[in-house]
Amino acid sequence: MSNLTHSTAADLAAKIHAGEVSSVEVTQAHLDRIAAIDSTVHAFLHVDTEGALAAARAVDEDVAAGRPVASPLAGVPLALKDVFATKDIPTTCGSRILENWVPPYDATVTRRLREAGVVVLGKTNMDEFAMGSSTENSAFGVTRNPWDLDRVPGGSGGGSSASLAAFEAPLAIGTDTGGSIRQPASVTGTVGVKPTYGGVSRYGLVAFSSSLDQGGPCARTVLDAALLHEVIAGHDPFDSTSIDAPVPPVVAAAREGAAGDLRGVRVGVVREFTGEWYQSGVLGAFERSVEVLRELGAEVVEVSCPNFDYALPAYYLIAPSEASSNLARFDAMRYGLRVGDERGNSAEQVMALTREAGFGEEVKRRIMVGTYALSSGYYDAYYGQAQKVRTLISRDFERAFGEVDVLVSPTTPTTAFRIGERVDDPVAMYRADLCTIPANMSGTPAMSVPAGLSEEDGLPVGLQIMAPALQEQRMYKVAAAYEVARDKAAGGALINRVPELEVAR
Amino acid sequence: MPNISREEVAHLARLARLAVTEAELDKFAGQLDVILQSVARVGEVAADDIPPTSHAVPLRNVFRADEIRPGLTQEQVLAGAPSVEDGRFRVPRILGEQA
Repeated sequence: MSNLTHSTAADLAAKIHAGEVSSVEVTQAHLDRIAAIDSTVHAFLHVDTEGALAAARAVDEDVAAGRPVASPLAGVPLALKDVFATKDIPTTCGSRILENWVPPYDATVTRRLREAGVVVLGKTNMDEFAMGSSTENSAFGVTRNPWDLDRVPGGSGGGSSASLAAFEAPLAIGTDTGGSIRQPASVTGTVGVKPTYGGVSRYGLVAFSSSLDQGGPCARTVLDAALLHEVIAGHDPFDSTSIDAPVPPVVAAAREGAAGDLRGVRVGVVREFTGEWYQSGVLGAFERSVEVLRELGAEVVEVSCPNFDYALPAYYLIAPSEASSNLARFDAMRYGLRVGDERGNSAEQVMALTREAGFGEEVKRRIMVGTYALSSGYYDAYYGQAQKVRTLISRDFERAFGEVDVLVSPTTPTTAFRIGERVDDPVAMYRADLCTIPANMSGTPAMSVPAGLSEEDGLPVGLQIMAPALQEQRMYKVAAAYEVARDKAAGGALINRVPELEVAR
Repeated sequence: MPNISREEVAHLARLARLAVTEAELDKFAGQLDVILQSVARVGEVAADDIPPTSHAVPLRNVFRADEIRPGLTQEQVLAGAPSVEDGRFRVPRILGEQA
């Protein structure tokens, strides 16, 4: 166990910027950790050793020359979900159809990380095109949950969440279309934030469901997530849905929250997030976390959001519909895989053969569901009705935020499930997103912060905190206050209770 | 509501340009049926007078100055292509044999 790999990003940054340790040492420690354990965890699809060390050296040169560092996170390593385009570094989205694709440009998030001096260690595993809740839909193998190697690390961003829990990186980036940042964070005992839709640029993010997709920060502490949030967020003219407004002051909010005073904060518990699909240990941990918020001075009330019940079915119409359209770009003509280009096959035949060979089962299922929902005769009953449900969900949020400052719920109904347990039951898999989807439908921000361990299986539970659009600072404050109280009561950080992984020889 | 037959799955696969196998048709027919049954619940909501939301954040047109800025080079664009000929994308025939 190394101090460098088990430190927070904030501590590493302070030490690097003070010249107490070099970014190259910190980066090398993480690369060594990846080399030692990633054959077991399989969080990474690609490790960019040379690029990472070069970025680290550039930060060290700034520090040595007494120049101001590029950002508060300059020199700190990060794991990037393989859905973001990275110039000259493979970007696969976990799909055979993009195997070996090397983008000719950087996503805006990638560019901002580089300009901030953040050291990108490599690209993390994910469900193919971010469709899934377990990372089992990756074409390149499963990622294992460091808390229990027989269980999933969540999805779609399971590589990012596992890299944090395995101490392979102190920071990671995810994308959240229906919960793909928050649910993996929840089941790995890490922090994950979905910003307001439009808060982080989608330019260079391979599209799944464009009206829902949102990139965001992942970390082991609330402050680290806030620091990363401020690096990647902000207006981008290259994304037409990017919000042209100041980034909410999330770092200040995290620092303020750490003082542990939530007096004057009104917290709403969403009544609808309970029932037959919820594990009792999850509900138990959630109730204890609400009790902690109360002890910190928050006023806790119950609120009702009756239409949240329809969020899951509406989502599984809207997201596949948009996906069926977005994924039409994989036509075997301009980039990516091409199969069957022989014997006078037509372009259309080559396209169908390529997509058949290049897409995995879940992607095909969703493309067909989307094709069905958008076809004439069904459009009004499915897609059109789902869009109306979306309006009703936003109205539920508006009403609730008229009464309270933030809403809370469990992040996901169960702890990490076993690898293979839900692969042949898509509807059971979809239920992992039961609590996270409403915030995607309304575009409002939400995050998951570890809420202790479930009594029956000793696995991490997540507390979801939701806020109104562009009010991220509210949830960061509550999360930071809760985090301090949680660790004080437990006598140490929750993440340090993850079992030590056996090091490969 | 839905009851997806094997033939309908084959039709959807054709529309979506997916050359699915016979085994997949059997598997997907059952699964799509279950998925569509479960999402059909959106129909329970009385929403006749509810406007649809296509985007969480209100969209409006965004203008920018029409200025030339560097794009990708021909070489960069073709570097990821599955097949290239004479500096262009080489594609399979797009017309039928009889055309």
